[in-house]
Amino acid sequence: MTSVAGRVRSVGPLVSRIAAALFGGYALAALASVAVLALPMSTPQAVLTGEMASFLVYAAAVIWVFAVRSALRAWAGLLVVAAPLLLAAWSVW
Amino acid sequence: MSDLHTWVGLLLGWVLYAMFLTGTVSYFKDELSQWMRPELPVQSGVPDQAQVAQRVADELVALVPGSPQWSLRLPDARNNSVYAFWRTAGAAPGQRGFGEGNFDPATGQTVSSRATLGGDFFYRFHFQFHYMPVVWGRWIAGIAAMFMLVAIVSGVITHKKIFVDFFTFRWGKGQRSWLDAHNALSVFGLPFHAMITYTGLVTLMALYMPWGQQAGIKTAAERQQFNAELSAFIQPGKPSGEKAPLASIEDMVRHAQERWGRDGVGRVTATHPGDAAARVAVARGDGGRVSMSPQYLEFEGTTGKLLAVHEGVGPAAETRGVLYALHLGRFSDSVTRWLYFLVSLAGTAMVGTGLVMWTVKRRQKLPDPARPHVGFHVVERLNIASIAGLSVAMAAFLWANRLLPESLADRANWEIHSFFIVWTLTLLHGVLRPAKKAWVEQLWLAAALLALLPVLNAATTQRPLWRSLAEGDWVFIGMDLMCWALAALHAVLAVRTLRHQPKTRPARKPARESVNKPAGGAVLREG
Repeated sequence: MTSVAGRVRSVGPLVSRIAAALFGGYALAALASVAVLALPMSTPQAVLTGEMASFLVYAAAVIWVFAVRSALRAWAGLLVVAAPLLLAAWSVW
Repeated sequence: MSDLHTWVGLLLGWVLYAMFLTGTVSYFKDELSQWMRPELPVQSGVPDQAQVAQRVADELVALVPGSPQWSLRLPDARNNSVYAFWRTAGAAPGQRGFGEGNFDPATGQTVSSRATLGGDFFYRFHFQFHYMPVVWGRWIAGIAAMFMLVAIVSGVITHKKIFVDFFTFRWGKGQRSWLDAHNALSVFGLPFHAMITYTGLVTLMALYMPWGQQAGIKTAAERQQFNAELSAFIQPGKPSGEKAPLASIEDMVRHAQERWGRDGVGRVTATHPGDAAARVAVARGDGGRVSMSPQYLEFEGTTGKLLAVHEGVGPAAETRGVLYALHLGRFSDSVTRWLYFLVSLAGTAMVGTGLVMWTVKRRQKLPDPARPHVGFHVVERLNIASIAGLSVAMAAFLWANRLLPESLADRANWEIHSFFIVWTLTLLHGVLRPAKKAWVEQLWLAAALLALLPVLNAATTQRPLWRSLAEGDWVFIGMDLMCWALAALHAVLAVRTLRHQPKTRPARKPARESVNKPAGGAVLREG
């Protein structure tokens, strides 16, 4: 039992980071692509801007997740950025 | 960060290598298509686009009567056939609702040439693969491209001394040389690699990131307005049900030629041709314009009256148009095209050296180099088939184009099957033979197939090299010379791999020592 717990403790943070990068990163990019719609520009232009920018957001999020010291900080960082984006996205959804 | 670069690079490295290499040759897809349809005559100049458009339009009216929409791509300096795409009238659910074909600009008839997908095969394979639903393929390509983007950014962060690395090259030092080569190739083409990866994502961004569009664009009118920013597609209205022939397509294209120049027209699209509600769009071509954003003239189909001129889109749509055009490079003249090809080839080599480095690096750390663990074996064998094997398979595709009988049913698909059959065989071969022998044998095979391709071409077509030279047929001359250049490249790699003596060293020595020790000969892989 202890060995299983030990393994979870050693692999867990890495798995958590991978999940944060893959899914958290995508979610953040998707959120950003919708949040752009709140900007004062025409809808088609905003949609395209959001789509183009989303891949840069995704890449930056992945780099962030693996650059910071712990998995917890990685998630925290994603959430901190997500909060204002969510507010902006909320207004247009 | 270094681990991120290694694992992200390796995981999708094989997919990326195939995407890069087939994408690289796609910069010459039109030339490749010409070479693969040797029955079509050499195009000495661009035929008058207005006349060609009328000819093919007449043929389409006869061939697919009642089609709700067809679209044709006019010939230009690089194309000697007209590609047409159409929707079929009243297709039952589950039936193929569209068709496509290539037409001879001189006669307007379907091209009397062997059935082949031509260079379009590599082009399509490069972003949607084959034998699977198109959408799956595109998702895999998108995931690979996203990994690539992350690999590039993390690569730059990993190599802090990036400019020093660029001017450092140590020949014949095993892993160190691989790393230097990988760094030099990456840095040299860095702006291109970053651009091509990002713009690749942009070409299919509506598929990968549909959320903004779903949230912001809801009504049919909004959707129509949105689509108008992206393509010269005219929304087919409702057919009136009243029959009326199309007005002169030739005159409509003439109108466009006055605007964009004699060879400046790209496509002609008609909706509900034959109906009183018909509309025709004549769109500008991609040549000489670094944007794919739509520019088109819209005509009333039955009268030929100009209804609207669309020549501008919003700033974001124009940005997208430029990014898209940068990826495809269709704006380019032949010098730019060759630069694209060479830098893209360097990108392919960057992915390739990265993949090989994984095994080179790990071999030195193996407890017993004679009996590596399973994971190492898998990577090693997949490297062989995906790098050397792909060259063999691509050459085999071109051989199949010349060797398969013209009467063969489903011939165009059999060319493609040949590619995959040969590729599978290289994987089997890579698994069955010792690794080093497999590398050498496959590289030699690729070199031989490429070197003999001009000979095969001379034996099976009316267009051998001496005649191409006499006629100044640069597509065929270029193809023959390129085959020899690539054959030479593969031969050099084969010789270097053969000569290479893997360095053996006792396990558990610190890695740093061996890195600085000179290794005999050089490189391709340790076998």
